[in-house]
Amino acid sequence: MKIQKPSRLAVNSVTRRSALKGLGAAAGASAVLSAAPGFVRYSQAQSSEPIKIGFQVHRTGIGASYGRWYERVTNAAAKLINDEGGINGRMVEIVPEDDGTDPKRGAEVVEKFATRHNCDVAFGTLFSHVVIGSAPAAGEQKLPYFVVSEGYHVASGGLNRYVFQPGITDVRQQISSMAPWVSQNLGKKVTMVYPDFAFGHDHRDFFSKAIAAQGGEVLELIPIPPTESSFTRYFPRIPSATEVLYHVMVGPGVLTFVKEMGEHFGSNRPEIFGFIDSLEAVDINSPGLEFLEGSHFWEAYPRYKQANSSAHDALYRKAVGIDDSGASTADPKDVSTASHMFGCWETLFTIKDAMEASGYQSTADRGKLIEAMEAITTIAESREHPQGEKLFNGKIHQSFGKQHISKVAGGRLDVVHTTSLEDGFYEPEADYTTQAL
Amino acid sequence: MDLGPFLFLATLEGLVTASVLALTALGLSLVFGVMRVVNVAHGEFYMLGAVIAWFTAATVPGPAAVSFLAAIIVAPIAVGALAAATDWLILKRINYNPEATIVATIGLLYMIQQATLTFYGPDARPVEAPIVFRIQFPWFGYSGYKIVVIGFAILVLALTWAVLTRSKLGLLMRATQYDRETAQAFGIPVDIVYAGVFAAGAMLAAIGAVLIVPIRQAHYLMGGEALLLSFIVVIIGGLGSLRGTIVAALFIGLSDGIISVFFTPILAKILATLLVACVLILRPQGLFGRAPG
Repeated sequence: MKIQKPSRLAVNSVTRRSALKGLGAAAGASAVLSAAPGFVRYSQAQSSEPIKIGFQVHRTGIGASYGRWYERVTNAAAKLINDEGGINGRMVEIVPEDDGTDPKRGAEVVEKFATRHNCDVAFGTLFSHVVIGSAPAAGEQKLPYFVVSEGYHVASGGLNRYVFQPGITDVRQQISSMAPWVSQNLGKKVTMVYPDFAFGHDHRDFFSKAIAAQGGEVLELIPIPPTESSFTRYFPRIPSATEVLYHVMVGPGVLTFVKEMGEHFGSNRPEIFGFIDSLEAVDINSPGLEFLEGSHFWEAYPRYKQANSSAHDALYRKAVGIDDSGASTADPKDVSTASHMFGCWETLFTIKDAMEASGYQSTADRGKLIEAMEAITTIAESREHPQGEKLFNGKIHQSFGKQHISKVAGGRLDVVHTTSLEDGFYEPEADYTTQAL
Repeated sequence: MDLGPFLFLATLEGLVTASVLALTALGLSLVFGVMRVVNVAHGEFYMLGAVIAWFTAATVPGPAAVSFLAAIIVAPIAVGALAAATDWLILKRINYNPEATIVATIGLLYMIQQATLTFYGPDARPVEAPIVFRIQFPWFGYSGYKIVVIGFAILVLALTWAVLTRSKLGLLMRATQYDRETAQAFGIPVDIVYAGVFAAGAMLAAIGAVLIVPIRQAHYLMGGEALLLSFIVVIIGGLGSLRGTIVAALFIGLSDGIISVFFTPILAKILATLLVACVLILRPQGLFGRAPG
């Protein structure tokens, strides 16, 4: 049996080394405490505390590639806002929480923002199933929740008055605005390959309608489970009469998808139209992707700097740390999610505008903030909105913007067509403003 | 596409799945057979194999074939070394207690997975196939490399089989499996055999992963499905039965390929899980396993 030494002995035997160690640890701990924003004591009035923006980020799980870039862009935008004096004279503090790209965890994170961190608003979610899982929690907590998700779930009226999507367009307008170009330039007989969850179903429903309106038709629908890692077995279902293969995929399996598609078709392929979601964070020059040469992609924000790019684009690229090819300036192999992450940048500046317009001071003003958001109508192209001008519909909490169609040529993507705002308009199906706050 | 070619494609796809699955599941089965350890971190060894293959292929210059060759040597050795260290540092310390090893390997699973996320990142990264050619059948094209995968996997399986049944090494393993204490009394270094078996199990998974990585990329979450399918195969085939593992891998791989092509991949998974339930109820020792006692 081991004999326990009396602790007194330990106290008596303090050496110079252990004393120094202890002092060092205490100094380190106090440095951490003073650096950690949560522990700062404010001697002034409450209003000099930072505005806390809860950032629901996909740090792990299948959305992690997106999450990493969402975080970089968010931090860059917050830095710019703070460098220029913050919001209503208060600094912005981003409070990141990982949701594991999981809807259940997402709802917990939103609750945590409201109850534990006492955040003013929540922001930043991409994956549609996480948004749909988290939105009820935001409604219950009466926490304004700004998503950067693309899905039609906000505009559909299916969520609640606390959920907004001001920084990125929704799938329905994207598809409506591009279907005419696809049918006129690529073909009218389309086979669709899409992920088998909410985001993919938006594509299925709206593209089928949009192409029918153009006199085309969808020959076959091929839904793919989100965790799939092999795709060859789906390709036999593509009818030989297919003129256009429409693909949109998310998740880590996309590279395999394109490679196996190349092996299946060889040189004898239909026209291919894809959503860049399929290849966000993936180098277009990766081995196996040669097959995509000459195919077309939707892009919200051109990954490669275009000849007619604005000065705002240059500033934005510099601030978030991407080069003219859309890759990290620190590591050219680290490719960005350019067509989505700009939404974080734009959304943060929209939150700033709405907070300033409503004179937002504390969480008691959340109602005023929501009304100020709903009052927004036009968003001009600017440094704060480098993707381009937008119209915001306060009834459905959704903004409308331009879309680009880019062609893969010579190992880069170049814009061949840009839609107008009007191309994406549709009749709103909901009115969140009628819901009580 | 007509039924014939359709079935042919499904069979090819099924064989690719089956061959890699056989390697991975064999590793799991071997570890359980000899050590009675249920290694929940087995899928992470598989994932590490793929990730290390990526690192090796990215570091070694030269044509794709050379860097791939380096990867298929380096990755299994590195993973095997890690597994041997795990055995010595963790499993041996808890005396291979069945409950404790499950908990310990669950912990290991998370440690490996999160460490990979930290140091390798969340992206799926490709490794170039060592040989690229496309076989054009009259009805569809197919990746030539996939055929090579099937061939190579059969080679490794045959080699493993030979080592286990024909070599002195295999004899030591079987003796240890049969009766640990008597083996020790006869001078067999049981500790070393255990570390070796645990390493070999992980290496088989790593080889499977290196083979698959030019097809499916290395991703930090890829171990989950490998673990699940390996368990399904091992339960159906019988824990510890090598013949059962290979037969079950072939069955699960082919049925997954064929059912996925003709119906949906979800149905293939449902049926495999249902089969596991039936086996557990009707023949708990597995199709080829020996009943205890």
